[in-house]
Amino acid sequence: MDGAAYVTPDGRSIGDVVMEMRNITLRFGGVTAIRDISFDIREGEIRAIIGPNGAGKSSMLNVINGFYHPQEGEVWFRGAKRGPMKPHAIARQGIARTFQNIALFSGMSTLDNIMTGRFTKMKSGLLAQAIWKGRAEREEVENREIVEKVIDFLEIQAIRKTPVGRLPYGLQKRVELGRALAAEPKLLLLDEPMAGMNVEEKEDMSRFILDVNDEFGTTIALIEHDMGVVMDISDRVVVMDYGAKIGDGTPDEVRNSQAVIDAYLGVAHD
Amino acid sequence: MFYREAGDFKTSYVADNQTFPIAFDRYRYYVVLAVAIGVVPFMLNEYFASAVLIPFLIWSIIAIGLNILTGYCGQVSLGTGGFMAVGAYASYKLMTAFPDLNIFFVILASGGVTAGVGLLFGLPSLRIKGFYLAVATLAAQFFLVWLFNRVGWFYNYSASGQINAPERSVFGFNVTGALAAPEAKYLFCLAFVILLGIVARNLTRGKLGRSWMAIRDMDIAAEIIGVDPLKAKLSAFAISSFFVGVGGALFFAVYLGAVEVGEAFGINKSFLALFMIIIGGLGSIFGSFAGAAFIVLMPVLLKNVMVGGLGWPTDIAAHFEFVILGGLIIFFLIVEPHGLAALWRLAKEKLRLWPFPH
Repeated sequence: MDGAAYVTPDGRSIGDVVMEMRNITLRFGGVTAIRDISFDIREGEIRAIIGPNGAGKSSMLNVINGFYHPQEGEVWFRGAKRGPMKPHAIARQGIARTFQNIALFSGMSTLDNIMTGRFTKMKSGLLAQAIWKGRAEREEVENREIVEKVIDFLEIQAIRKTPVGRLPYGLQKRVELGRALAAEPKLLLLDEPMAGMNVEEKEDMSRFILDVNDEFGTTIALIEHDMGVVMDISDRVVVMDYGAKIGDGTPDEVRNSQAVIDAYLGVAHD
Repeated sequence: MFYREAGDFKTSYVADNQTFPIAFDRYRYYVVLAVAIGVVPFMLNEYFASAVLIPFLIWSIIAIGLNILTGYCGQVSLGTGGFMAVGAYASYKLMTAFPDLNIFFVILASGGVTAGVGLLFGLPSLRIKGFYLAVATLAAQFFLVWLFNRVGWFYNYSASGQINAPERSVFGFNVTGALAAPEAKYLFCLAFVILLGIVARNLTRGKLGRSWMAIRDMDIAAEIIGVDPLKAKLSAFAISSFFVGVGGALFFAVYLGAVEVGEAFGINKSFLALFMIIIGGLGSIFGSFAGAAFIVLMPVLLKNVMVGGLGWPTDIAAHFEFVILGGLIIFFLIVEPHGLAALWRLAKEKLRLWPFPH
């Protein structure tokens, strides 16, 4: 399964490698958070990263979007090796993400939050913005149209002008997804998009994730604890435990792997 | 009854993006502008202009400037007084070095100089946050005042160490110096307030303003979405300092006329500006005006009531002024931490439904 384009059981064709992690090792002082992990993410697929608490999943996402710089290993994105870059430069390359704990701009409205997602696409200069004419105004309207599409897609029209601090948890998660989507990312990282949600909210969110992948063809890498969801929506799964990779493959392969079962259920020490 | 958005439909994003989306607000804004330009100058007297209106206008510019930095970008600054001094001394040096340059451009250029200085003192903000940044800007305040006191070049080696604004005119009317009429001073300041008010509003509702607020609310998420914290913070420092510099230049050239730096631009001015935006409302242009009005008007009002109305001796009234002002500030912080702007918003939300709240 590794190393080749394939077609999923539901008929979507998965393309070339978008992102490749080669032998990543990340240490914090004496603690090794990630130990020699390699995997790839292919164009158009939904790739899950799972593992018990403290396995290093979030650290892996932080490596992908540049918060952490691994001591060893290489990150390849769209066919080029990536040097040490700041997170905002990586965002410009087309990687967006959501956070495990919601990281919205709480003082701003839903609309402004999602508009901020368009930041890298807006080019007008200081003077144009100051007088709100020409390019600045045109750009504002053009990007607003794209943002409104995202708002329609996520079905949050009614809360457009509401400050996000006032919204319930599930909607905040949705707005955060909207902000990431507005950036039109090549690769979308979701850190526990369904944490703390009830069943209906989880179903809604799963539907949005599948629709994003289906309609926009966005490549998605997600971390999730709900095994039912992971096995249902993802094409391939990486399993981590104590910073090491212990499994990689389709949901079925991973489910039947002895190492994965041991990591989740524990193994007898005799 | 009149304050309605029902029936006020927007059919384009341009219309939805405008500064005052509700028609009533828009008309009120035009009325205020018309009164400020067309009516007020004809009923101005010397006392009212110099005690209330001109300081209010100048402080509004300064409060907007500080609000951009602190309210919108979340970077606390205690260096406002120092940056005002930079604007004042820049305008003095420019006026004496280029006597033919129109005062309007002198003031703008002083803002530009202050923006540069602000940028420099904004550099620590990339490393430090919150309280510690406040202390770093406090260092700017003391350093700048010390600099203008000590280095003779800044005050052209005058014996008194003071700077005096030479006479300058716009369209033949003096706006600085002893001969300037209050009407001319008022209109000159008003022009800057209108101009900079619109600029501030445009900047804060657009891309740049969103990047500032993103940094303020959640800097990690802002970075992930592509906002460069370096650019966002430094641009906030520069633009904020521009406003404060213009305010400081007007404060010196138009309002005071003669300035001794420690007295006119001391640390108490920094606190005054901070009080204005806290009372007025952080992250609100309207709040900047409201806060400036509150801080400028309240002492005048109290003095008139206590001395004029109750016949108290001036020294007791002056002390009571501090007590009452301090009490009011605490009262406001407890009752409405988001300032007058939040009260205003609340009143508008209620008005929308009035008189049938259900």
